[in-house]
Amino acid sequence: MRRFNLNLWLGGGLVLLVCVGAVFAPLLTSFDPVFDANLMYAEEPPDAQFWFGTDEQGRDVYTRVLYGARISLTVGIVSQIINSVIGLSLGISAAYWGGWWDDLVNGLTNTMLAVPSLIFALAIMAILGPGLPSLLIALGLTNWSWTCRIARSSTLSLKGQGYVLAARTLGYGDIRIMATQLLPNMVGPILVISTLGIGAAVLAEAALSFLGLGIRPPFPSWGSMLTGARELIVIAPWAAVFPGLAIFVTVLGFNLLGDGLRDLLDPHMRSRTA
Amino acid sequence: MRDGPPAPLLEIRDLHVHFPVGNTLLARNKRVLRAVSGVDLTLGEGECLSIVGESGCGKSTTALAVMGLQEPTSGDILFEGRSLTGAAGPSRMERARIAQMVFQDPYASLNPRQTVHRSLAAPLRLHGTRTRSEIDDRVADILLKVGLLPEHGARFPHEFSGGQRQRIGIARALILDPRILMLDEPVSALDVSVRAQIINLLLDLQEDLSLSFVMISHDLGVVEHMSDRVAVMYFGQIVELGPWDAIFANPTHPYTRKLIATIPDPDTILHPDRDRAAGAAPPPPAGHRFHPEDVGRPDVYAVPAPSELLEVSPGHFVRCAPA
Repeated sequence: MRRFNLNLWLGGGLVLLVCVGAVFAPLLTSFDPVFDANLMYAEEPPDAQFWFGTDEQGRDVYTRVLYGARISLTVGIVSQIINSVIGLSLGISAAYWGGWWDDLVNGLTNTMLAVPSLIFALAIMAILGPGLPSLLIALGLTNWSWTCRIARSSTLSLKGQGYVLAARTLGYGDIRIMATQLLPNMVGPILVISTLGIGAAVLAEAALSFLGLGIRPPFPSWGSMLTGARELIVIAPWAAVFPGLAIFVTVLGFNLLGDGLRDLLDPHMRSRTA
Repeated sequence: MRDGPPAPLLEIRDLHVHFPVGNTLLARNKRVLRAVSGVDLTLGEGECLSIVGESGCGKSTTALAVMGLQEPTSGDILFEGRSLTGAAGPSRMERARIAQMVFQDPYASLNPRQTVHRSLAAPLRLHGTRTRSEIDDRVADILLKVGLLPEHGARFPHEFSGGQRQRIGIARALILDPRILMLDEPVSALDVSVRAQIINLLLDLQEDLSLSFVMISHDLGVVEHMSDRVAVMYFGQIVELGPWDAIFANPTHPYTRKLIATIPDPDTILHPDRDRAAGAAPPPPAGHRFHPEDVGRPDVYAVPAPSELLEVSPGHFVRCAPA
């Protein structure tokens, strides 16, 4: 019997919780995240009506955290997909073809690693201006270097394996070999780095929004909520604690999920029961 | 099967494979490692030719060059008189039907994420077999041929033993009906108890499917058992070439003699007084000396001194240099 996969279930549970919150936000709350501002109820502590309390404009923090999950998940997942596509195609092709292309990709990767990615993203945001599409582009273009590195080193170790050589002698094209022989055999490390990447993107989105370059107020993103709550940290700590907790739970969930998936997808763990 | 040499199916002409060493962006260094320097070989229809030699002698590089996995620096490889190298050579798809390879390590030679059926069906699909039933029939047929069952196709490689995996590797090499099978140390990674089964399987398949083998090995016991002809390689060159019985009964080149002396032989242990390499070393042909004379550590970067293969008896060649 297979061992119970705690990481998978716990991580998957946390991610599912955040996803359900994001998708069903309108059903889970009776407030509007932007327009239900009422200064009469400003800075109320958590109670039966406002589960997470209210912020300085009297908006329900619980509602804003729910809607903020939509932004965070979109940014995290979409930007990581862009990162993975860039990192995998550059990393695998560089190691497989070698030569000047490998030198070029390596140089590019090292440059990306030398510049802090958040600074890079800041620069792109400054050019494109704030908003969701520019956030996706900025975070999607700046965090592929680790994926690329891992894809490259996996390819280097895999490309001399008998089955890759056999695929070549059987007449497979280079792209087909990369897609069917190399890519599936690096799923484990790539999944782990991708889930870490989603977590990092969620954090980066929060940081950029905190700096006012991401999602603009009054629209709820966890980062911009933290910005707003910064001045209230002493008198209304709940306005900062709950978005912070949401970031924490999301990042933790994705990291645990990544570890759990790696164990699940490892073919040596499969059909142990057989 | 061990009668005279039939017409050549594969011909290797003056093959050179050189690797640049220490050639990086910052340090341009023109040193080249001569892995293969001037190999000439022919393979007849239905023949098993073995290339033997120690690690690093260039036998695997020669095999990779024949398979199109390593670009030759110079020289030519011909299949039925047609060149496989250069721009005029066949495409990867055509080449796939000429020669296939069985790899040494059965644990690294199968894609761990594909079922056996998928590993075998994908090349068929790639080469134009479209209908599902046709593919399934062919896969089941090839699995039976290598001594497995059709239902094994649904399993993943890690569910098999080393010997079974090597059978799957052989099935994959045969799936496109190639004419030549390149066997790269086909049994050296296997348990001794399984080796004989795989060797017998290969010999049966050779007969049934009229295959020609090129076998790379340093296991001289296997070579003696399977080969029709043997080529002894030493640092990128063939030093002795001949029918298997001539090589094993009458080794002439000093390197071949040393190599054959390494075979563990129960007779030597039971009768230590009996000299295994019967008689003294034969002298080199008149006016010549063996090349290389001392088998120490040659310089793999140097251009080898001129030498040629001289025929000492019919079909039996030894590398010599003018005295």
